[in-house]
Amino acid sequence: MAKETGIKSWKELNFGIAITTPGNAAELKTGDWRSMRPETDREKCTKCGQCYIFCPDMVYSKDAEGFYAQNYYWCKGCGICAKECPVDAITMIQEVD
Amino acid sequence: MSKPIGIEVSIAVAEAVGLCDVDVVAAYPITPQTHIVEHLSELVADGHLDAEFVPVESEHSAMSACIGSSAAGARTFTSTCSQGYALMSELCYIASALRLPIVMAVANRALSAPINIWNDHADLMYARDTGWIQLLSENGQEAVDMSVLAFRIGEDKRVCLPVQVNLDGFTMSHVIEPIAIPDEKEVKKFLPPFKPALRLDPANPVTFGPVGMPDVYTEARKAQDEALKATKPVIQEIFNDFAKQFGRQYKLVETYKTEDADTIIVAMGSIAQTAMTAIDKMRAKGKKVGIARIRVYRPFPGAEIFEAIKGAKNLVLLDRVTAFAGGEISGPVALEIKSVLFDRKVSPKVGNFLVGLGGRDVTGQNFEEMVERVASAKNGDLPAYEFINVRE
Repeated sequence: MAKETGIKSWKELNFGIAITTPGNAAELKTGDWRSMRPETDREKCTKCGQCYIFCPDMVYSKDAEGFYAQNYYWCKGCGICAKECPVDAITMIQEVD
Repeated sequence: MSKPIGIEVSIAVAEAVGLCDVDVVAAYPITPQTHIVEHLSELVADGHLDAEFVPVESEHSAMSACIGSSAAGARTFTSTCSQGYALMSELCYIASALRLPIVMAVANRALSAPINIWNDHADLMYARDTGWIQLLSENGQEAVDMSVLAFRIGEDKRVCLPVQVNLDGFTMSHVIEPIAIPDEKEVKKFLPPFKPALRLDPANPVTFGPVGMPDVYTEARKAQDEALKATKPVIQEIFNDFAKQFGRQYKLVETYKTEDADTIIVAMGSIAQTAMTAIDKMRAKGKKVGIARIRVYRPFPGAEIFEAIKGAKNLVLLDRVTAFAGGEISGPVALEIKSVLFDRKVSPKVGNFLVGLGGRDVTGQNFEEMVERVASAKNGDLPAYEFINVRE
């Protein structure tokens, strides 16, 4: 899980708005764009990994039990995983807060 | 100290850029800038200048190549004007936001339509909100000096911004004038090698120009605005250094006979030289007239302008551009000076005149007429702006 970087003051921005640490897109929290959250019903899940393959944002990773778990720091709630799941194990749940 | 020689201003500017040991020139020819880049390409082809000359296919590509080369750490120059500037303009905002000290000579020319290759300040005004530093010159010597100064100013570690050197198309670019080309050793002493604050380097990868979403865009713009604001004293300091070495003193705003003047003209570029001649004539007739000439248009020297004009009862503010705003507000230069006056609660009589459009001559007689027009007008009688020399 990436750390929360927070919003920087204008004084702390890099010179010329450059990015000097390659690969830092992983630190960018995109999870707060989400209005719906994918949740997996582990009773239905066959661990096929289609969600992991189709996710455009690297949200899914395999856990100790072999299930593909979501990292909500990055999940934008696009719903592609729920659409692609061949056994309809993933449901999009409305974020309430 | 080098002696003046008779030389075309464009050629002299190219020679000055060559003396600055520029690494990359990427440019596309456009009248009346052509001789500047033409001569630079000759200097490179003949082996007098060790630089990469990139003959790009458009001005858009010119500024793109300049951004790449400057980001890689090369001292970079281009030149354009008018339609060429319009085509490259979207890249110009990027050059300044990335803090790249590219130098660009603009042989100021009117914008179409109608198609017109002659001089006014439409391109200079087009560029004013791009975050570049804008220097003005009034004669060939100044154009040469500003070209050398532009590199030193832009590359100063307290600045790191691109710089425009404006010279009036044809009335300056194509005129042969006596110009002292600075000595090469003196230029080298004045202008240390370019040390970029940050550069593209495979060993230390960086990303120039990433996306900035709503949560950071405001901060990025604030940082860039602060960077430009901080340049004003640095520019004056570098002007002073130049004076020590080359004997020619420049200021953000330069004045002529303003001390006791009732009427002060504010002008930019070569017409200021005509105005000074007209002022001498008016002074001989007992009229107390002076002029404030804007040397640095961006960052706008508001305090210096105010200092120069605060004693005047009448102001003759010149704009060399048509600003289509609907008629109820002044042209850009006048509008900015009025803002300076309003903030300081000073309200002289102000006339704003649109002059010298598309190469129309502005004569000494014109200056006398404008001075008389403001002097004889009653307060409130003057329109937001008016055209002069227009056939009814």
